[in-house]
Amino acid sequence: MALLEVDRLQTHFRTPDGVNRAVDGVSFSIEKGETLAVVGESGCGKSVTAMSIMRLIAEPPGKSAGEIRFEGRDLLKLSEKEMKKIRGDDISMIFQEPMTSLNPVLKVGRQIGESLRLHQGLDRGQAEDKAVEMLQLVGIPEPKRRAGEYPHQLSGGMRQRVMIAMALACSPKLLIADEPTTALDVTIQAQILDLMRDLKDRVGAAILIITHDLGVVAEVADRVVVMYAGRKVEEAPVRDLFAKPRHPYTRGLLGAVPKLGSSLEGKTEKLAEIPGIVPSLKTKIEGCVFAGRCPEAEDVCREFAPALEEKAPRHVAACHFSPREQEAAA
Amino acid sequence: MTAPLLEVNDLKMHFPIGGGLFGKLHKFVYAVDGLSFRVERGETLSLVGESGCGKSTVGRAILRLLKPTGGQVVLAGRRIDDMSSGVLRPIRRRVQVVFQDPFSSLNPRIRVRDALAEPINNFGLAKDKAELSRKLNMLMDKVGLPREALGRWPHEFSGGQRQRIGIARALAAEPDLIVCDEAVSALDVSVKAQIVNLLQELQQELGLALLFISHDLAIVEHMTHRVAVMYLGKIAEIGTKRQIFARPRHPYTEALLSAVPKPDPLAKRDRIMLKGDVPSPINPPSGCRFHTRCPYVFDRCRTEEPRLKEVERGHEAACHLNDRTAPENPLLSGGRA
Amino acid sequence: MAEAARLAPPPGLAIAGDLPDVIPARKPLKGFLGFVRRRPAVAFGGGLLIAMVFVAVFAPFLGTVDPGVLATSKRLRPPSAEAWFGTDMLGRDLYSRVLYGARVSLIVGFSVAALASLIGLAIGLVSGMVRWVDGIVMRLIDGLMSIPPILLAVALMALTRGSLQNVVIAITVAEIPRVARLVRGVVLSLREQPYVDAAVAAGTPTPMIVIRHILPNTIAPMTVQATYICASAMIVEAILSFIGAGVPPITPSWGNIMAEGRALWQVKPTIVFFPAIFLSLTVLAVNLLGDGLRDALDPRMAKSL
Repeated sequence: MALLEVDRLQTHFRTPDGVNRAVDGVSFSIEKGETLAVVGESGCGKSVTAMSIMRLIAEPPGKSAGEIRFEGRDLLKLSEKEMKKIRGDDISMIFQEPMTSLNPVLKVGRQIGESLRLHQGLDRGQAEDKAVEMLQLVGIPEPKRRAGEYPHQLSGGMRQRVMIAMALACSPKLLIADEPTTALDVTIQAQILDLMRDLKDRVGAAILIITHDLGVVAEVADRVVVMYAGRKVEEAPVRDLFAKPRHPYTRGLLGAVPKLGSSLEGKTEKLAEIPGIVPSLKTKIEGCVFAGRCPEAEDVCREFAPALEEKAPRHVAACHFSPREQEAAA
Repeated sequence: MTAPLLEVNDLKMHFPIGGGLFGKLHKFVYAVDGLSFRVERGETLSLVGESGCGKSTVGRAILRLLKPTGGQVVLAGRRIDDMSSGVLRPIRRRVQVVFQDPFSSLNPRIRVRDALAEPINNFGLAKDKAELSRKLNMLMDKVGLPREALGRWPHEFSGGQRQRIGIARALAAEPDLIVCDEAVSALDVSVKAQIVNLLQELQQELGLALLFISHDLAIVEHMTHRVAVMYLGKIAEIGTKRQIFARPRHPYTEALLSAVPKPDPLAKRDRIMLKGDVPSPINPPSGCRFHTRCPYVFDRCRTEEPRLKEVERGHEAACHLNDRTAPENPLLSGGRA
Repeated sequence: MAEAARLAPPPGLAIAGDLPDVIPARKPLKGFLGFVRRRPAVAFGGGLLIAMVFVAVFAPFLGTVDPGVLATSKRLRPPSAEAWFGTDMLGRDLYSRVLYGARVSLIVGFSVAALASLIGLAIGLVSGMVRWVDGIVMRLIDGLMSIPPILLAVALMALTRGSLQNVVIAITVAEIPRVARLVRGVVLSLREQPYVDAAVAAGTPTPMIVIRHILPNTIAPMTVQATYICASAMIVEAILSFIGAGVPPITPSWGNIMAEGRALWQVKPTIVFFPAIFLSLTVLAVNLLGDGLRDALDPRMAKSL
């Protein structure tokens, strides 16, 4: 049994001008100790997916359906009280903007210790000791002194490390990281990615990383889910995805990113564009969600939504025109 | 020989910050501290660096949205840094700007038509109504938006479309130079590619010079002719694209390039990890400003500030290591090609 | 249904199954009833305020008798079919007096809101745009704001005689600092907007920048503030009348009626009760409307979800 199984998750929101189908039938699973990246552009539903797993969707205006099985238990069916026990203990989350997710009036040592006291019943002294230990683990120099400081006294990279320390304090089985490096500078981003890779080996938590940055995906992920307009359009092990993307959207995405070092090879061709814009999620989309921007779309795409099919071993894509491996070989 | 389009000499932007109860005791943020570069007609110079390095401040000083506290900004042979705003106004036409945030860069209460007509009318670029509307239509064509969109409000457009409107507004003044302040950073990958291509096409078509301020090195490499790498208000290294990306001669450039995550799971990662964070520009380190994070730091770096020196034709770097020859200079051993 | 018109799916194609709706679609509510359903508070506030304005305008027709007529034989009557709210100690019809009182409250509320907004807007704009003016004006406003508006109004009224006009002026002066402060803050933040920078780069002269790019964007927050000032002005007016520093005691204003009823509070609570209820309802109506305006005009609120 996988650690987390998201099964046909739908999260919709009521808005003044119609129902927004932010996530519409997304399924994936995460094994123990595995890193899964969910990648997509803004509005594709990747963050809403993460929030749905944490049960952080306000209801109303939002509502989730489907199943989210964590160690076999459907999180959507748990009471808020039971969910509170899981949040921060079995599953924890780090956010893009560390400043807004840290309490500005609490010393960081206290903040890390808080969840330890709550979930693991440590007393204050033990919790503070463990907090210092966690700060050390995430590579903060002089952890003892830093534990006594307030969030605003730390730099952006430092705060993200504190967030990670906080998230890992209770040794969660699953860590959800929503754009953990997007707000950071490149050199700091490199530090944090390095830290996450290192911790993955040491702590053994499964990681669900939400990002728009294919570079980050390539660096940390084992498997990748590509989302577009609230649906999963492709899923594959990271090497297969980059080597042979099977959905036109994924191909477009990969082509649209300039590669560092391209000038050295003397080719500065135009970037591949994906024409047009993401469709509105407030009207029900008939057919393939990407049909409106797809260079290969035909009538059948606009009429019938393609199902997710295993095109190659462990490589799933939702496209009528992407051949299955054995067919391609034949 | 004609003068370069833009010449910046020893530009300084020191912002006072209130110290003491009544603001008597002034400290300064040394946001930009002695910067010199030039931009030729039709070329793209990129300013790269991490947040707080002062790259946006340079852009604002060139646009004269800020008055420099020192140094010179020379536009097509005329000093504009000390001009009064009245004298400056007609000259502003030559330098326009595209900002990062497509949402706050358009006034929500002004229709596209009026937003684009504003610079045309201000600089008297259209003789009559007919010419104005011809120019407006042409602008929309140039940035790839339908002409009917002129009558719409900003909120009716997506982020990428708004950025196109922002570019059209910059083009409306018929400028020689456009400052792109993180102009594509806030956009989604697929839209980013659209805007990058648009900027390149426009540059070729109109012979525009671009000052491309960005932290995204991959985009910069794709767009630019020359690059200036900034660190804490100073230029660490400046040179052509090939020079900077193939043979960086400053440890900061080297580290920056190695830090970029590559969208390729098979790429080998020989990353130069920088320690710690960027120091505060209020109290910059002595000597070389990079010495607190530099992997190759030695005694001289802590006391003596390196000056920009030509290391090859058109390539300058501010690093003491470049006074050494190959075996002792880690920057020269094994290029990063 | 559209299903019937659909083509048959080509064979060999994997088609995704249809997904159920998580949230049932709701017909967008249009027209008046739709508005009431979506914003009940605003509709209630609006309705109440319209009723009050109606009462104030048509007081002579709605009132049963002249509110000034004394009838010593009918003093302190309880509410009855003849005198709906009863009579006061001079035998005047309370119902008619309360209706007329709406006039004073609404005139004061609306005039103060309009005047204070306009003057505050002017001061705030200049202060936000011109740095040296800002230094002086803001110190002055800090000083004024350290005095509670009611005290300031009382002090100003002490300098003149009580008249409706003077009450309006006194309360306006007391309320201006709040608007000026708000507008200045909005102007300062608008000046930092990239579109203002772009306009500067596009050679737009400063006065035009103010008119085109800054002024229109201050209107929304200022309108919201104006409704709160309107509510506050009505309360201050009532207090001024109540302590005898407002409109002449002969004028039937809610504050005056309450002041007259004060002595008899324990015997005849109705005299205080009716004007108090009317005042509370009016203030509530204006505040509800203000909250509604704030939500409607705040682009973040409008866009969210």
